Amino acid sequence: NSAPSLIPNRIHHFQKKLFSIGILPDGVNRSSDHFSQNSDAMDRLLSQLQSHVNKVLAGGGESAVKRNRSRNKLLPRERIDRLLDPGSSFLELSQLAGHELYEEPLPSGGIITGIGPVHGRLCMFVANDPTVKGGTYYPITIKKHLRAQEIAAQCKLPCIYLVDSGGAFLPKQAEVFPDKENFGRIFYNQATMSSQGIPQIALVLGSCTAGGAYIPAMADESVMVKGNGTIFLAGPPLVKASTGEEVSAEDLGGASVHCKTSGVSDYFAQDEMHGLALGRNIVKNLHLAGKQGMVNSSPSINLEFKEPLYDVKELRSIAPVDHKQQFDVRSVISRIVDGSEFDEFKKLYGTTLVTGFARIYGQPVGILGNNGILFNEAALKGTHFIELCSQRNIPLVFLQNITGFMVGSRSEANGIAKSGAKLVMAVSCAKVPKVTIMIGGSFGAGNYAMCGRAFNPNFLFLWPNARISVMGGAQAAGVLSQIEGANNKRRGLEWTSEDEEKFKAKVIEAYEREGNPYYSTARLWDDGVIDPADTRKIVGLCISASMNRPLEDTKYGVFRM
Amino acid sequence: STHLETASQQQRIEKILVANRGEIACRIMRTAKRLGIRTVAVYSDADRDSLHVKSADEAVHIGPPPARLSYLNASSIVEAAIRAGAQAVHPGYGFLSESSVFAQLVEDKGLAFVGPPASAIRDMGDKSASKRIMGAAGVPLVPGYHGSEQDVELMRLEADKIGYPVIIKPTHGGGGKGMRIVQSPNDFVDSFLGAQREAAASFGNNTILLEKYITQPRHIEVQIFGDKFGNVLHLYERDCSVQRRHQKIIEEAPAPCITDDFRTHLGQAAVSAAKAVGYHNAGTVEFIVDTATGQFYFMEMNTRLQVEHPVTEMIVGQDLVEWQIRVANGEPLPLSQVQVPLSGHAFEARIYAENVPKGFLPATGVLHHYHPVPPSSTVRVETGVEQGDVVSMHYDPMIAKLVVWGESRAAALVKLKDCLSKFQVAGVPTNINFLQKLANNKAFEEGDVETHFIEHHKDDLFGDPNNKVIYEEAYSAARFGAKLVAACLCDKEHSALKESQSGGPSLHPIWYTHPPFRVNHHAQSTMELEWENEYDSSSSKNLMLSITYHPDGNYFIQIGENSDHALAVKASNLGNSNFRVEAGGITMDVSLAVYTKDQIKHIHIWHGSQHHHFRQKLGLELSDEDETQHKTSFESTSHPPGTVVAPMAGLVVKVLVEDGAKVEVGQPVLVLEAMKMEHVVKATSGGFVEGLKVSAGQQVSDGSVLFRVKAQE
Repeated sequence: NSAPSLIPNRIHHFQKKLFSIGILPDGVNRSSDHFSQNSDAMDRLLSQLQSHVNKVLAGGGESAVKRNRSRNKLLPRERIDRLLDPGSSFLELSQLAGHELYEEPLPSGGIITGIGPVHGRLCMFVANDPTVKGGTYYPITIKKHLRAQEIAAQCKLPCIYLVDSGGAFLPKQAEVFPDKENFGRIFYNQATMSSQGIPQIALVLGSCTAGGAYIPAMADESVMVKGNGTIFLAGPPLVKASTGEEVSAEDLGGASVHCKTSGVSDYFAQDEMHGLALGRNIVKNLHLAGKQGMVNSSPSINLEFKEPLYDVKELRSIAPVDHKQQFDVRSVISRIVDGSEFDEFKKLYGTTLVTGFARIYGQPVGILGNNGILFNEAALKGTHFIELCSQRNIPLVFLQNITGFMVGSRSEANGIAKSGAKLVMAVSCAKVPKVTIMIGGSFGAGNYAMCGRAFNPNFLFLWPNARISVMGGAQAAGVLSQIEGANNKRRGLEWTSEDEEKFKAKVIEAYEREGNPYYSTARLWDDGVIDPADTRKIVGLCISASMNRPLEDTKYGVFRM
Repeated sequence: STHLETASQQQRIEKILVANRGEIACRIMRTAKRLGIRTVAVYSDADRDSLHVKSADEAVHIGPPPARLSYLNASSIVEAAIRAGAQAVHPGYGFLSESSVFAQLVEDKGLAFVGPPASAIRDMGDKSASKRIMGAAGVPLVPGYHGSEQDVELMRLEADKIGYPVIIKPTHGGGGKGMRIVQSPNDFVDSFLGAQREAAASFGNNTILLEKYITQPRHIEVQIFGDKFGNVLHLYERDCSVQRRHQKIIEEAPAPCITDDFRTHLGQAAVSAAKAVGYHNAGTVEFIVDTATGQFYFMEMNTRLQVEHPVTEMIVGQDLVEWQIRVANGEPLPLSQVQVPLSGHAFEARIYAENVPKGFLPATGVLHHYHPVPPSSTVRVETGVEQGDVVSMHYDPMIAKLVVWGESRAAALVKLKDCLSKFQVAGVPTNINFLQKLANNKAFEEGDVETHFIEHHKDDLFGDPNNKVIYEEAYSAARFGAKLVAACLCDKEHSALKESQSGGPSLHPIWYTHPPFRVNHHAQSTMELEWENEYDSSSSKNLMLSITYHPDGNYFIQIGENSDHALAVKASNLGNSNFRVEAGGITMDVSLAVYTKDQIKHIHIWHGSQHHHFRQKLGLELSDEDETQHKTSFESTSHPPGTVVAPMAGLVVKVLVEDGAKVEVGQPVLVLEAMKMEHVVKATSGGFVEGLKVSAGQQVSDGSVLFRVKAQE
């Protein structure tokens, strides 16, 4: 109790008080019914997710996998694992693409895509799964391939194509061949990315027929594996049919032919492992580290970050399965940001949209989270906040849980459409990285204003409890049944309340099906369904991946005032 | 009295040249330094960076690697001593230590020889002469022939007189080199001629003696010490019965299971022997004890400090090198016979680079990993090498001597076993595992030792490769070891990644968190390890491990598909190659050694009393990209049948048949020599010799193809 020792204590206390300004409270009542109900419901959703994922991880079935192994070939995820830096993470995209989309199962849409580091450099991987329909391209396969290329172009990630594909799935040629966003677009993207200095690398680990032959041919550098890798515009049967020439696949377009004679490929691999090792070497020799202006190496990233104060696993119990149930989005933010520190912007104004600054794994972010319907003020506040972040090059994270903008005469008179348009303008034009997580409902114009798929977020993920549709099923049923009732009345038909209930039930059922996260993820309206407990990790990886490029200035269009 | 005068006039030793290398050079320098005496090392080209050179205050280069051009070159060593201004030369053991010519040369140049007088070396160095002297002094002798007449036929008659089995020995030299045991008259001539050849090559003298061969003998030797005033005392005995290839591997002091009375008699006999040749300085009188009769016979006297002297030092609490220097300085012995204490029990285990399953053939190579046990007041590690050093074919392949002391033999043995299990050597094959088996042998534990111990207990010591139960036990232990290896390597890889990330403005570390992140599933990896079965290389097995990274930091490790149960392992790197590992509910210390040799990655693991060795094909990333040279299989398995490879690195001394000759199975084809030991390479099958291109005088490396026997058409 001597005097000198008191002084440091007081300083300590003072600092602590200063520090705690931005720390969010826990905000969760663990003993509530909601908490346990949500938790139980989420457990069911997660086990459903796990069973869907387990199915796709098994690839195209036992016999196809066995056949693949007998050819000394690895499964696509194993191939990627061997290309990645040992022990590094991999951000897989759209795992459940093609889920219940066609008559036959198409695990992961027949193609594995995702981001991970090779020799310390983030790369986009695009790997055909030869065990799924011979690696042929269904419409969703093309969509997933193009989405990977889109992210690569946005984030300036070198692309590694692990080619093992029979080309377009011929029975669906009309849906895969002719249109703008069809097969040809893959090569267009390769050409344009290559022109922008984004490396395009192809590893030919299996067949690479017809149109597919252009993937290695368009690549900056390519590797071919002896025995397994073949490249030809027409395979032996077609050659025989057209010219009568009889030739084996290896002699027609094997690694020797293309590495020694045709020059279609650059590196000759003895076997698959050798080919993958050569692939890593190509990335090692890119020497892009010297490129200027990467945001990634920005001094604003603080690598000595703190974990959140509250258990990230509790996100599983916070997200309500019933979308009418309100919850404070701050309890989500407090579990995904460093040290649960969140410096809220305009806390007292437009309170249904929460905005503020935080860090995720040391990376500065601006977060926008819904806390109810969007009102005029909330939309204006959101616009202001986005302007702040894009001016300062701070990436944006949108936590969507939105039923829409406020409707009604008072809102309309206040110009809610004008305010909403401002927010949409800001979201559209902001050139900072954007990551959207749908943690609840995503309905109507709320989807737009909170950076839905149409607004090009760099990444968009769903929680298993999320719902996406133009409006809620019940509201849609109400609207449609009013119209249907009026039509029936005009035609003089009977419209009993029983008819109305039946009609409504049908609409609600359709909305329930189409608003389901698996319906969305099967069609690539998002980049994947994730466990809420992985949100912090995934957002962190997404931001890091999106920062792998030079800064861009934001220019807005005309704001209606 | 003239002798005394020269001693007192002589300048005290202030600087000493150690005419040796390896552990003994280091050990002598340690004592010299403690006494404030400056040290001078000598070295050959092969030893430029050796520990004994680094340990000395000064070092002088004396010649090329072959010992006869460097460490056996008496004149250049003496010249080095004069150049360096040393007053004394310590010869260590081996090399010139028992050369009376060298001792004389040292004295003639006015330097002190830290050892016995040249005359005593000469008397005892000639085995026949020494026996004559001993016989005259009343020291008991083994029946034999020690004459100078060396005619084969005469020798054969002498052997018949003595009665078989007889032992053939070169009169000069020691360490078992050139020795032959002959069981029947038919084998006599061949063995005799071989012994002559080996003796000539090793000692420059091919005189041979014959003796009765005692079938169940013990080898007990007495450490004696004398000063220049005629005082001689003994420092009790050592039992060195456990030998392989006639060379000692485990020594102990005092000898187990003998009476005090026997001990006293033995000591007195040794002192009489030394006095008979006017001995001073350190010496050892070796006796052979016939366990059947309890009779002991004089065998020979080693006129030097011996390899195994530390066990004596441990039980008497004295520094014998210090005694040697004091005697050389002309001081009297520091103790009298009654003052010599006897306390506790000590073991010495000699750790050799050698190939135990190939008949203890010497091995060569790089010590990629070398972590001896930490020394303490009761644990000594005498070594002359460091990690990264080469065990070359030029010198003795001994890596270290492990010396332990305990209150009793049982207590010392517990310590010996513990230290052996913690003694980590990787890069060259060693006898450590064999020493462990020896130390754990029931008969050895009971002190029931004799010179044929290893042969009599070979089933227990070598393990029968056909014994299913033993094999399964070893295999299951290896599988567990492999799982620990996988976990440690994964953890090491992770910390290496972290470290490489922490430098430079590279990628955000979030991509390298542990465990690696996967969306909605656990990251997995596979590892292929080939288990190297130390005692039966033909039963080495490939293990395919799959590793699943769980979010709690555990690795779930499984071998093969489904059939094996997954072991949850958590490993944390304690720095270097040491880990703390939690596996199946037990936490333990684990050490790893990883190195690359001939395109193959070698991984050693030590945990508990276990040591396992695994091999891993290197990733192709490092391999030759030339498509024509691509190899996917291990080299050693690619030889065609009938191929005979060199069992060790060595010199071809004789080629016995011509290329293309017809040979019977087991017929000697050529003779290799390494470490001055001959090894006859025989035809593995009957047929015609093909591709025999080596000739006498040619050096061959371990595993190189010598010839092939092609079966008759």
